[in-house]
This record gives sequence, structure tokens and C-alpha cells, in this order.
Amino acid sequence: MSNAKIEEKLFQNRYRVDAGRPHIGIKNPDICADECETRQCTVCCPAGCYTLEGNGRVVLITDGCLECGTCRIICEEHRNVSWEFPRGGYGILFKFG
Amino acid sequence: MATKFDAIVVGAGPSGNAAAYTLAKSGRKVLQIERGEYPGSKNVQGAILYSDALEKIIPDFREDAPLERHVIEQRLWVLDDESFIGSHYRSDGFNKPPYNRYTIIRAQFDKWFSQKVQDAGALLICETTVSDLLMDGDRVVGVQTDRLGGSVYADVVILADGVNSILARKAGFRPELRPGDVALAVKEIHFLPQEVLESRFNISGDAGVVIEMIGKITKGMMGTGFLYTNKESLTIGVGCLLSDFKKQKCSPNQLLEDMKAHPSIKPLMEGGEMKEYAAHLIPEGGYNAIPKIYGDGWLVVGDAGMFVNAVHREGSNLAMTSGRMAAETVVELTAAQKPFIAKNLALYRDKLDASFVMKDLKKYRNLPEIFHRNPHFLTTYPELLNKAAHTMLTVDGVDKKTKEKQIRNSFKQKRSLFGLMGDAYKMWRAFE
Repeated sequence: MSNAKIEEKLFQNRYRVDAGRPHIGIKNPDICADECETRQCTVCCPAGCYTLEGNGRVVLITDGCLECGTCRIICEEHRNVSWEFPRGGYGILFKFG
Repeated sequence: MATKFDAIVVGAGPSGNAAAYTLAKSGRKVLQIERGEYPGSKNVQGAILYSDALEKIIPDFREDAPLERHVIEQRLWVLDDESFIGSHYRSDGFNKPPYNRYTIIRAQFDKWFSQKVQDAGALLICETTVSDLLMDGDRVVGVQTDRLGGSVYADVVILADGVNSILARKAGFRPELRPGDVALAVKEIHFLPQEVLESRFNISGDAGVVIEMIGKITKGMMGTGFLYTNKESLTIGVGCLLSDFKKQKCSPNQLLEDMKAHPSIKPLMEGGEMKEYAAHLIPEGGYNAIPKIYGDGWLVVGDAGMFVNAVHREGSNLAMTSGRMAAETVVELTAAQKPFIAKNLALYRDKLDASFVMKDLKKYRNLPEIFHRNPHFLTTYPELLNKAAHTMLTVDGVDKKTKEKQIRNSFKQKRSLFGLMGDAYKMWRAFE
């Protein structure tokens, strides 16, 4: 599934983005680029927040995040994801859930 | 805010609401903190509501709760790539009140439940994330939030903060979740004209149908799919163990797309308008994965305590029951003038052990491991069963005895006689 297709889906969702304050971060980008062989986050994130660049680096954009926790838990070999809930009131706002 | 509360409940999902409601009803001074814009805005579920657990908290909930449809028909489908073999159970007995289970839309239901909590006297603060637990030595004495400009104190803190339970992890009460102990589910809601939906599922009034699915739709991963009828919408989703997603390098979104395209499912969704796409983790590690659920000044309820019966697709009822029991523990200790230290709060664990929550989880404690080691249960057998049905139902001049032999041989070829016996034994072990 291309990220473009996921984006179409996420477009149906309601978000209040905390601009400039992402609640998830990659602790050390070099680990993703040099040490991680699988980069599962780029496949398993249901919102496609993680993309693999041509140079092997992983780029994270949290705007479409569904706040599930997948990325943090699957990064068990490297523990390279810092993960907090968004500030109160920000992030995904489910209309139906 | 310098006020001190009898209890703080973190989270306004089913477990947090059950706890806050029970505490407030018994006169406790309760603060409930929710990070969403309104209760429900961060919460995701299939969603089926089991009446019994809620009845024990709000007996007359049917009078005004936002319920979608009561379930009169349960279908179980075992899917191959282009077919399914299944069972349907439909009973008019399920069509007579009081109804046993309902489909619900969580954003609406949680808002309703929360209003009951507030009517009972609890103070709810939304749009506020609890960032840390406040400790005095080993004892939890309050919470640190990102909004109130400081700390709030209470005699006891009930963690109803969901499957990720960042707070319990930060405080060192539990380790990080393992990919094998959680399922990732993705789901969509599709709106359809009510009359189209009702004729498609052969239902009327407020009656509804649920379909649970296993087999090739999960591509060999341990998991299930589901399709539920709401009033004017369908909820469709699929969930598999996160460790399997990881191992198979499978995109959850693609898995759902492929499931929606299955020739047996697609016609049911035809013409629907997708209005939301959600993802959520389900704690499915079972009995052996339950973390510490009480300590000095704290209790854990709901998904945060891993209280999900994955076999029977039950979670919200375990959540509500654990929330209620945590609150009853606090109420009883208060009456007995006993402090909220671990030794006394162990009463909560005793209550859970004596209830269906722990009894059911204990019953299936070996199941996650057995399925883990035997992924063919979800691929080979669905295929064999579907092929068997196809063979028997194709009229082509071959006699039935020969067809039976073909089917027997296909089973033996795929699994060998010992394999089949071993599998039967494992299934018996899993469900005994």
C-alpha cells in the first residue's frame, strides 16, 4: 500500500496537530540508517508515518499518527523510538472510534 | 490545584468510567483525567458491548445509552482465498429484551458513560495528559499533569490509561510490552443507507449481525477479522499479533484492503462511504502476561492490566468489571479504615481471581503459545476445510465415497496422520 493511499484514508480522520511539538521521535537517526536492518516501522505503522528514504534514512512525520504504540513496541532490538502521548487535547480525535 | 482527592482515575474509557462511577456513587471525592477532547475521542474498539458487565454498574443503561444494534446473529467464517466455510447462529431468543450484547460506537458510548460518571459526582477534566505519577518513596501519592500547572494528590490512583500504560511503565511497575503480547487491529467505519444495510443482512428494527473471521485473510498471522452492523454503518477490521506483522513484514493497512476485496466480503461493503480509519493495540498476551496490578497507593484496571480474553473477543466487559472491582476495593478499605498499601489492595486481586475475569484468562493461558508455535492452524486448516466443502459440493459424476477419500488424503498429505493427531491434542490442550 502506497503512503498516498493511506493518506487518503487519514484524510477522513479528525486531528488537532500540535505544530512543532511531535509526540514521537527517533532517538538516533543513525541507528535506523546504519544498524537497523529491518526498519519494520516503515512497514508496520498503520498510518504510514515512517518512510524510508533512498539513502537508507528513516523519516518520521507524526501528523497522521493514530497513537497505537506499534512503532515503539516493534523497535525492540534498538529501542530507538521515544514515545509519549500528545499534549492534552492534541493528536487524533476519533469521531467514532 | 492544591485540593486533595480520595481517588484519581487516569483515563475515561470503560474501565476508568466504571471505577470513577462506582467510587463517586459511594461518596468518594474523585478526580478523573482524560487526555482526549472528550471521553471517547482517543478510544477504539470493534465494538461489542456485553450487557452483563455494564448492568452490574448501571442496571438501567438501556434507557438512554447510545446503542447501535442488539446482536441476534453470530457468524463465524473460516476463509480461504476465494471462499469461506462457516457457521451462522441466529436466534429469535436474542431478539427479546433484555438483550445480551450490542454493537456500539465508542465515541458516543464513552461520552454517555462519562456523563453518568459526572452525574454521580466525579470531577472530570479533559484535554489533560498525565505525564508522571507522583511518588513518596515507593508509594504513589498523586499525578503530574501537563495542564493543571502542577500536581494533584490523592489517597489512591487508579491507572485506566489503556494498553500502552505509559505511566505504569515509567514508574517501573511493569516492563515494556512485547510484540508477541499485543495484537494490532486496524478498522474502518463505512456508512450505508439503513434500508440497504438491513436488507443486505436480513435484519430489521434494531437487530444486528456480527461476523467473526479467521483463515487466509490474516495471511498466516495469528489474528481475526470482524464485520459488525451498526445502525447505519458497518465496522470492518482485522487484527493480528504484532510479532507476526513484524515477522511477515506485512502492512496492516494492506491487510485490511485485501480483506475488504475478498469476494465474500466485498459485496457486503458495496456502496459504503468510509468515514474513519483507526488503529489500536489489543493486549492479547493472556494470563501469563498480566503485569503487577496493585501496589502502594495504586491499582491498574482495563487494558492497562492486559485484561482481554482474545479467544472470545471480550475486553470491554473485563475492563468494566476490573474497574468496578478496583473501586469496590477502595470503598471497602475506606470503610474498614485501612490504608491503601499493597498488602490491603491485594483484595483487588482476590476479587478478580474469584470472578470470570481471571478464571477465563487462566483457562486459556496456554493458547497464545500454542497458536504461536503452530501457525498452520490458521492457514492449512482453513484451506483444507474449504477444499473439503468444495469437493463435497461439486457434483461432477464422482461418487461420494471417492470424494471422502480424496478429502481424507488431502488432510493426511498436508499434515500426516501423526500431525493431525498432534494438532487435535494441541487444540484440546488449548481449550480444555
